[in-house]
Amino acid sequence: MRSERTPLPLALAAGAGLLFLLGPLLLIFVYAFTTEERSFAWPPPGLTLRWFAVAWERPDVWAALFLSLKVAAVSTLLALVLGTLVAAAVSRTRFFGRETISLLVILPIALPGIVTGIALRSAFGMMEIPFSFWTIVLGHATFCIVVVYNNAVARFRRLSGSLVEASMDLGADGFQTFRHIILPNIGSALLAGGMLAFALSFDEVIVTTFTAGQQQTLPLWMLEELIRPRQRPVTNVVAMVVVLVTFLPILAAFFLTRDGGETAGVGK
Amino acid sequence: MPASTAVSLSKVSRVFGPVTALDGIDLDVRPGEFFAMLGPSGSGKTTCLRLVAGFEQPSSGRVAIFGEDVTGVPPYRRAVNTVFQDYALFPHFDVRDNVAYPLMLRKVSKAERHAAAEAALEMVRLSGYGARRPAQLSGGQRQRVALARAIVARPKVLLLDEPLGALDLKLRESMQEELKSLQRALGLTFVFVTHDQGEALSMADRIAVFSAGRIEQVGSPEDVYRRPANRFVADFVGSANILPPGLVARLAGERRWASLRPEDVRLVACEGADPALVGRITARSYLGASTRLALDLGGLSVHVVRPAGELLPTEGPVAIAFEREALHLMEREA
Amino acid sequence: MTRPPRRPGGSLADALWRRPGLLAALLLALPVLWLVVVYLGSLAALLVQSFYALDDFSGLVVEEFTLATYAQLFTAANLAIIQRTVLMAAAVTLASAVVAFPIAYVAARYARGWRKAAFYLAVMLPLWSSYLVKVYAWKLILAKEGILTWAFAKVGLTPLLEAVLAIPGIGGNSLSVSYIGTFLVFLYVWLPYMILPMQAALERVPTNLLDASADLGARPGETFRHVILPLALPGVVAGSIFTFSLTLGDYIIPQIVGSSRLFIGQAVYTQQGTAGNVPLAAAFTMVPIAIMGLYLWGAKRAGAFDAL
Repeated sequence: MRSERTPLPLALAAGAGLLFLLGPLLLIFVYAFTTEERSFAWPPPGLTLRWFAVAWERPDVWAALFLSLKVAAVSTLLALVLGTLVAAAVSRTRFFGRETISLLVILPIALPGIVTGIALRSAFGMMEIPFSFWTIVLGHATFCIVVVYNNAVARFRRLSGSLVEASMDLGADGFQTFRHIILPNIGSALLAGGMLAFALSFDEVIVTTFTAGQQQTLPLWMLEELIRPRQRPVTNVVAMVVVLVTFLPILAAFFLTRDGGETAGVGK
Repeated sequence: MPASTAVSLSKVSRVFGPVTALDGIDLDVRPGEFFAMLGPSGSGKTTCLRLVAGFEQPSSGRVAIFGEDVTGVPPYRRAVNTVFQDYALFPHFDVRDNVAYPLMLRKVSKAERHAAAEAALEMVRLSGYGARRPAQLSGGQRQRVALARAIVARPKVLLLDEPLGALDLKLRESMQEELKSLQRALGLTFVFVTHDQGEALSMADRIAVFSAGRIEQVGSPEDVYRRPANRFVADFVGSANILPPGLVARLAGERRWASLRPEDVRLVACEGADPALVGRITARSYLGASTRLALDLGGLSVHVVRPAGELLPTEGPVAIAFEREALHLMEREA
Repeated sequence: MTRPPRRPGGSLADALWRRPGLLAALLLALPVLWLVVVYLGSLAALLVQSFYALDDFSGLVVEEFTLATYAQLFTAANLAIIQRTVLMAAAVTLASAVVAFPIAYVAARYARGWRKAAFYLAVMLPLWSSYLVKVYAWKLILAKEGILTWAFAKVGLTPLLEAVLAIPGIGGNSLSVSYIGTFLVFLYVWLPYMILPMQAALERVPTNLLDASADLGARPGETFRHVILPLALPGVVAGSIFTFSLTLGDYIIPQIVGSSRLFIGQAVYTQQGTAGNVPLAAAFTMVPIAIMGLYLWGAKRAGAFDAL
């Protein structure tokens, strides 16, 4: 029998790797409370809650936050519709060119973000479309489709084919089968995909710099602060809030998809 | 006007790309009959069932249900329900909603459909299980739910795809009897697919034996067992001994292939026996109620099954004997 | 009630049932239209732009076909940018494969139950948390007055840090303005993209293969070399596609942490922004696309996708 205990060197290497992954995020939490204003000095000379109040009073932070939430909500909604449609087509019907469709969906996230960004910008330029809320959404929805698609396709695959046949056999046409059988079974996967898409859009900066014009989403605000710092402690606080805001949907998506394994037709 | 056939297939072919799954078959299932489609995997029996259910369409030919042509009619408009091999219970519904699903689609009121579901569950001896989830049931219970769901809307024909395939031996035997009595109680036409000849023989009124997309024989269990139409049926249903035309010509005067059931063969002393029927025992297996022997008769291998308790020779040459009627003549030499 | 009644919309359902191709077409119409028009259309626009050129005197884009813009890529300064970026992408890819392996291996082989979930989350949280916040965290860590300098001082290794920073080329005034700093941030930000496919590949290695190898007399090192590594390789290749591609296209990390010398992404950004030379920016983006195309083609030739 192979021993189930992790060999010590391997455990140490993995532990060091995890520390490398998580340590910097923890550091963000400490810096949000520092009393130091001018530098990134470690250890913090003192701890204070003061900067939370200062950040709370900043209208530019609120404006950026609201724009980001609005963009993420609309992009997620669009991506949910488009991604589910593609997933349904790819997994429920046989047609020529399925591989091409999958590639087309994955391309916006597979190519470097700067390619997508500058491509959209030059297209807007050529078509003389002015930058607006909708130009940001257009870009975000495009690369969010793949997240929804991946989640939905995986669940469609687990949804045993005989469930759909059983539904039709018992008297449900295609629409009724979709409403009563398919939708409830892929619902949690769609919710998870939607949350990931939301997190992706909420955080996106590379494409957004090319499609935003004068508008400032929260990541664009952060970028501005990184390049030309104005009030470092406020940035620290915002950074911590952003970490928290993205963690929640990720955790939720994780717990939603974790128990997906039991679904459908594995009766034996 | 009662139709004379429950299910009728005429000249039905189904081609999947380069593969011919069904090759111009004709088949009639009578109303109220317990009908088995028997064959090895890939013989076309499941495709045949799916054509009747409406999941597949014939490449050519016609399918009719109680006299009505259903070719091109979607499954949800056919008065036929299926019990799936993997049961296909909806995981997000409890047992009651699973069974009531066909009635919900037919806009039956909630109270009525729950009552009907409870009645159907009672028929399969699962009263009181309505609130459970499919995942909380055993394999046998899931199958009963699938059965209840398929009969709740009173279809004209019930299709069963390898209904007992996933159950263990004990459960399978009791389920065989139960399916039989359920079919009698409902007076429904049952069509079931199986690769297990024992199952087909014990349950069916009539059996169609499939091989390579064709039907080799249709008949009662006794017909296909005692009077197989050809070597394939003889071999597949109950593994009969097959005697070559040369030997059969000497024994019965006709140059034909013949089948001979192992249990119809006796062992006798060699003296005075036909030299072609003398050989030696090569293997012996104890089956509890009987003993099975393999004999080598000068190159021809013959199986013999004798009831337990019969004194059997252990070594040396031995001869076989059987009644002339036990020899069933089949097709002529090609 | 043997048969369900026809319902409104039923004939559409029937039509779709009879023609699955029509169903697929209807499902795909909207998303494909979106992706083709919005995305492929934009890529095409980009490609077209790269064949235009900037008029040096007027500062306007001349919309005539020319290869002059591509020729500019081959000036010494621009070639240096490309070389610098590719070297960095290669270094980041190699390092992330090394750092990712123990994590992926322990997660795939040894972790069970809640430990497995914890491993998964420990990789997913950094993967999904804000890119800029991660970069920002490293600005804090690498700052001259930051935690890393402090830690080196605490354990008395300050001379070592100073020696490393004194290495010409990759060193610098402090970690946050050196290539080492840029490298560390890239490694950190893209590491999860290497761990996940690697772990997925390792989970597909059946345990009994390892037992068989040990049973046949292989020492752990030999099992690793002859069994685990070849089977994990598809995961490494998949991960390297991410780490390589993402490093090639990034323009924010080297802008915030690192020396003032440009990477491809920064070149694209400045050309299309401050310089207003959209054609040259477009031509520059074709470089990562071409490199990734070659990379994917090579990976495919090596059979890396068959195993995926």
